[in-house]
Amino acid sequence: MGGSSFVHGQAAAKKRKVIVITFGGGARDQETFAPEGQENIPHMLQELAPQSSFFTQVMNQGILGHYVATASLATGVYETLNNFSAVPPEHPTVFEYFRKDLNRPSSSTWVVAPSNGFNRIGESDYRSYGPGLGAKVILPKHLLSAATSGATADYNHLLRDNYETPLYTPQIGGGEFELQQMEKILKLSVDDFKAHARTVSSPDELSIYITKRLMKLESPSLLWITMHDIDIAHSGAYSLYIEAIRRTDRLCAELWQAVQAEPEYAGNTSMFILPDFGRDADEDAGGNGFQHHRTGDPASRTTWMMALGAGVRQGMVYDRPLQSIDLVPTLGSIMGFSPKLSQGTPIHELL
Amino acid sequence: MLPSDLKAEQFVGYPPKARELAVAHLATLRRLPLSFAPSLLREVIDYDFKFPAERASIDRELATLSSLTTAQLKEWFQPFSQLSLSPKLENLDWINQPALFVEQLSAYLWTTHQLDAFREAATTYGDRTRTAAVSEPAAVRRLGIAVIGQGVESYDGPLFRNLRKHGTYFKRVKPENGVALLLTGVETRAQAHPVPYGHWYVDGGQAVDHGQLISCISFQKLEPVRAALLKNIQTEISKPGMGPEELRTHMARLSPSDLGMEKGGDEVLERFEVKLFTEGSGTQIFSTTFAQWATREALRRAQPNTLLVRFAPRQRQKPMNELMTVSDSKPELDPTGSLIDADMGAYYHWINQQRLPGSEQSSFLVWFEGHSHALVIAPSLPQGTESNSALDLGELLSLAE
Repeated sequence: MGGSSFVHGQAAAKKRKVIVITFGGGARDQETFAPEGQENIPHMLQELAPQSSFFTQVMNQGILGHYVATASLATGVYETLNNFSAVPPEHPTVFEYFRKDLNRPSSSTWVVAPSNGFNRIGESDYRSYGPGLGAKVILPKHLLSAATSGATADYNHLLRDNYETPLYTPQIGGGEFELQQMEKILKLSVDDFKAHARTVSSPDELSIYITKRLMKLESPSLLWITMHDIDIAHSGAYSLYIEAIRRTDRLCAELWQAVQAEPEYAGNTSMFILPDFGRDADEDAGGNGFQHHRTGDPASRTTWMMALGAGVRQGMVYDRPLQSIDLVPTLGSIMGFSPKLSQGTPIHELL
Repeated sequence: MLPSDLKAEQFVGYPPKARELAVAHLATLRRLPLSFAPSLLREVIDYDFKFPAERASIDRELATLSSLTTAQLKEWFQPFSQLSLSPKLENLDWINQPALFVEQLSAYLWTTHQLDAFREAATTYGDRTRTAAVSEPAAVRRLGIAVIGQGVESYDGPLFRNLRKHGTYFKRVKPENGVALLLTGVETRAQAHPVPYGHWYVDGGQAVDHGQLISCISFQKLEPVRAALLKNIQTEISKPGMGPEELRTHMARLSPSDLGMEKGGDEVLERFEVKLFTEGSGTQIFSTTFAQWATREALRRAQPNTLLVRFAPRQRQKPMNELMTVSDSKPELDPTGSLIDADMGAYYHWINQQRLPGSEQSSFLVWFEGHSHALVIAPSLPQGTESNSALDLGELLSLAE
């Protein structure tokens, strides 16, 4: 009967999981998927790419700051908010569309983000969406900061908020995941959290640890992780930039392995990996090569995206240009919600 | 206020030479659109503290603009005139604070999706002024020298990867006394062509002995300035209302005396040194970044005939677990990471040198300090090849010159 297939389809849609990993430190093709950069991404190249649909030209036509670009990725609109202010996106986020259209609880969407400035990324202040309909946001470094109050100078260095403005840390402005919630939701005591933090080599490793616990304990259907180690490039040390790309490559593969190992995720999860944009070309006189993303040149505006898992054709490479704001309507089509205000177009190769 | 309303008395706050220049070209400045004029004034206002090459460049640009007919000027600046600006920008004191205006203009252009149009307009303008205002040919072929890898005992990774196709790779270099031989070569060039700020030595650590004709800056010598800046920043960020943009604006206004530099020195060079820290990113933290950025800025601004940069090991970036467990905060060094940084820095050195006039005749030498690997790019040498010649650094330098 029609009814039974409807029920089956609804159950399948409900079980569908999506994980988005963005690199909130743009990475250039020449250090990643271009031939000279492939040595830096052995895991993505050899383990993930063969399973994926790979898009070689994802254009970001918006403002090239990490918070505003990530907000644009999450709303499907090129946002124009101040990159260095903890303000919510102007347009509804993918989390709000998902929860409102599909009537999902707050536990169904989570964001794990790097710095204080990202604590408002979970929901907009758009009327008819906004407060109460967005994603919960975890800032692992902020949690660590709270857990290690009275820290030493070394801690301060570790907890540096971001690399675009390394000398300044914005104050947190509401909506953050508090220390006491960590114990309740992640079943993690402050001491255990601190003990684990002592075993990892970077803030992104801590983010992946938190992400895995979220997957195990909350099983969110829409999970968004923004990695940030690569943005060490702003310090101008090329070796640290490369080291961060290699670490991020390893962590992406590690998360995909965790997806396969979690019964709630194995077989029904689509994962999207994309830098938020590129970085300046070596040849552009207005910039300083890999260090920044200030010129707006093609290298800084162009990046790639890898999609893998449920519903994705494997081993495909697509060279047609996409917009980074196409991600949200694509997720809408995959998950069954309608991102009405998004200005992007669904990526038909993924539908 | 718009440029067409400019009056001579509005430049009273400018330093003497800058004021004289602005007033002399008042008629030209009045004809420029607001989206452009402050960018030019940002250069003019610092004229008194510019290197000779920069002053010559500003002089040429203003002379070129003054020579244009009304129709030509309109055509040159039409792309700038078409940009829409906000009333807030118009109301800024862009005459006395042109750098602040340019910063806010940039943010506005990003926000209103006009940055690409501005970028295209600026690129076209730059090409036009370069074509129209041809500089005099240099008396000496430009030479860049990068010394990388100080303190690295052995390294198996590839070196000079980005540069190999442009030059000859020497793999049997005699490393003995290499730095001294190279600095002697720089000094010889400085004596033969004694031009102010024409010959530079940048050291990412402690500078070694060098000739008096060479302009020298080093990370270690500037340690008190760096420390003063970091202290200044800590004070500023604790003030209410301070944000990253406000902090950047504050830093841009700092002068040598604000950071404890004594009066009576070379003010042009001292201001340059301060800007390396206040405008550079990461220069306050890593010596390799300092050396790379100092090289880039010296080439861009002073356009020297000779520039030798010697990279030194930077402090090691500690992984998270060490930061949480090790209480001793004494910085360790990372020679191998610094070599990789410097290898890329050498590539950027060459790229920045190639942006200057006479690039087809210029030469470049990069050497892995203390080791037998070097690469030379010179008009007389083949590209993309290797050489087994056993040469010392002085002989290698002769090939480059």
